[in-house]
Amino acid sequence: MTEIQAGPGAAASAAPGSQQTPAIELDNVVKEYTSHGEVVRAVKGVSLAITEGEFFSLLGPSGCGKTTSMRMIAGFEDPTQGVVRLHGQDVTSVPPNKRDVNMVFQSYALFPHMSVWENVAFGLKRKSVETAEIQRRVGEILEVVDLTGREKRRPKEMSGGQQQRVALARALVNRPRALLLDEPLGALDLKLRQAMQIELKRIQRDVGITFVYVTHDQGEALTMSDRIAVMNDGLVDQLAAPREIYERPATKFVAGFIGTSNLLSGTVDKVNGSTAVLALGPSDRILAPVEGAVSVGDTLELTVRPEKITISTEQPEGDRSVVQGTVSEVVYLGTSNSYAVVLADGAEITVFQQNAHDSTITAERGDTVWLSWQPQHSYVLR
Amino acid sequence: MRTLRARLTPYALIFPGGLWLAIFFVVPTLVMLSLSLQSGNVVDGFAFTWNWHSYVDGITTYHDQIIRSLLYGLAATVIQILIGFPVAYWIAFKGGNNKSVYLFLVLLPFLVSFVLRTISWQFLLSDNGILLGPLRDAGLLPQDFRVLATPYAVIGGLSYNFLPFMILPMYVALERIDPRLLEAAQDLYASRMQTFLRVVLPLSLPGVFAGVLMTFVPATSDYVNSSVLGGTNTTMIGNVIQNQFLVNQDYPVASALSFTLMALLLIGIFVYARALGTEDVLEVAAR
Repeated sequence: MTEIQAGPGAAASAAPGSQQTPAIELDNVVKEYTSHGEVVRAVKGVSLAITEGEFFSLLGPSGCGKTTSMRMIAGFEDPTQGVVRLHGQDVTSVPPNKRDVNMVFQSYALFPHMSVWENVAFGLKRKSVETAEIQRRVGEILEVVDLTGREKRRPKEMSGGQQQRVALARALVNRPRALLLDEPLGALDLKLRQAMQIELKRIQRDVGITFVYVTHDQGEALTMSDRIAVMNDGLVDQLAAPREIYERPATKFVAGFIGTSNLLSGTVDKVNGSTAVLALGPSDRILAPVEGAVSVGDTLELTVRPEKITISTEQPEGDRSVVQGTVSEVVYLGTSNSYAVVLADGAEITVFQQNAHDSTITAERGDTVWLSWQPQHSYVLR
Repeated sequence: MRTLRARLTPYALIFPGGLWLAIFFVVPTLVMLSLSLQSGNVVDGFAFTWNWHSYVDGITTYHDQIIRSLLYGLAATVIQILIGFPVAYWIAFKGGNNKSVYLFLVLLPFLVSFVLRTISWQFLLSDNGILLGPLRDAGLLPQDFRVLATPYAVIGGLSYNFLPFMILPMYVALERIDPRLLEAAQDLYASRMQTFLRVVLPLSLPGVFAGVLMTFVPATSDYVNSSVLGGTNTTMIGNVIQNQFLVNQDYPVASALSFTLMALLLIGIFVYARALGTEDVLEVAAR
């Protein structure tokens, strides 16, 4: 690997403390349902190891198997094949009430007939913890989630954000070995969701518990996670740190699902050491770092992130990828401008340009422009 | 014009039902109340005299039947909860895609007339009927064994006849329980039994409450089961009232007994609602 690899823990295998026994392990897990006489494979063989104390996200579109995978960790679904391990112990056939993990449900699933205090104390009471100890721990955790003084409220008397924090407290008070969160912020509005993202991250650091977070929101996953498993169609497409996933998407699906990305394909014209030169149009050339054997004539697919591209009205100099196109749309986004540029072969490229004080380029619809980026920002898809 | 119409709409909606109840419930009830305080006889006519004696006479003469009715009604209600709750639970949580089929099956007996159903029980339970006859002939039952004309037959009939009224409201309450609440309880270390006792049962209480109201009241005041399945020692207050009205034509005593029963049932319901915690029941029900 080259200089593109960035930051500690960027490579999938180098998760923090990967030598120790993983907190949670899925070992080639398959889940099949029978629906209307047809066998549906929701999870098609997922293997992953989640490290103790990690904020781990399962990210993917609806129906990708992320929730089913989490429910197998919690014990609500029995895997058709494969093994689920918690701290090295096979728990595949252990019922949920005997597993030392707790879940925060998508719609919170708070008990409507109980007060906040009773909801939070529910798990401790089932574990026959002493009354004084229950009092202390419930009080403590309600302080952590900032709900002190609301012990007697019923869930329906509280706002969505407060209910969410009750759900969190109800799970955390049991001091589980891992906390599973199923799209916990999905029902909140944008402002509250952003505030809760920071809050969740803080709580996770404070309590030091492994968090497994299921979401379809890539922004949420990128912001909060130590590592992300991007799932698609019942399989894990990529398992890596957020930066790695964003900068070096492993598959076309990941590239398309995470952020905005531009997909380009071209034929290899030349190979200079570890850099391939692709030809598109007559005045176009794309430089891309390549690993392994690439020969002239091969077709490569690659992605470039919109913010890595520079837009200019004159042909840029230097050792950069350069393509020419026509501006088809300019959208003002406040802190940046978004340009849609159509290339000679019809491909549409999105470019973000910061509204910095020194940016003087103002391309208009219909203008012919040059797009350029550094070779390492071309990322070849395998 | 629009605002006037908007303001009148709620009243327009309640008007037909309100009128119906006013004519066919409130007016007859007031007539009966007046009748219960009159004196006279059917030949010479009745006159309003604030005659409280009908109440005193009715209660002193028939207190056995009143107490028996309340006990039979209570017994039938308890049996219906015990039989009905598992049925409602099973349909709500295990009914899958066929819930409406099972509910229809629960309601199916209602397609047969109430009296006819009770008479068919009479056939079933009669001393030489299709059930007891062969069993006795086979020596499995003693020769003097009988069910008909005993309290068991009456309570059995009451339990059977009003069972759907118990199952349906309990089903509605159970069906509304979010299955994720059961998962949440399990996730928080509750066993199946604890999940049932701590989550399912409390959340289904509004349905049980409604079911009890809908079965205890008609069962207590019923007279068909007692007259078809019972004997002389199982007479319920409904039979007495019917007799006073239609045979003895002692309208004041019959009316006084009706109001006594109504008062007792209202007090019973009130105490029951208090004991269960109406606020909680209504709160959960309003969810």
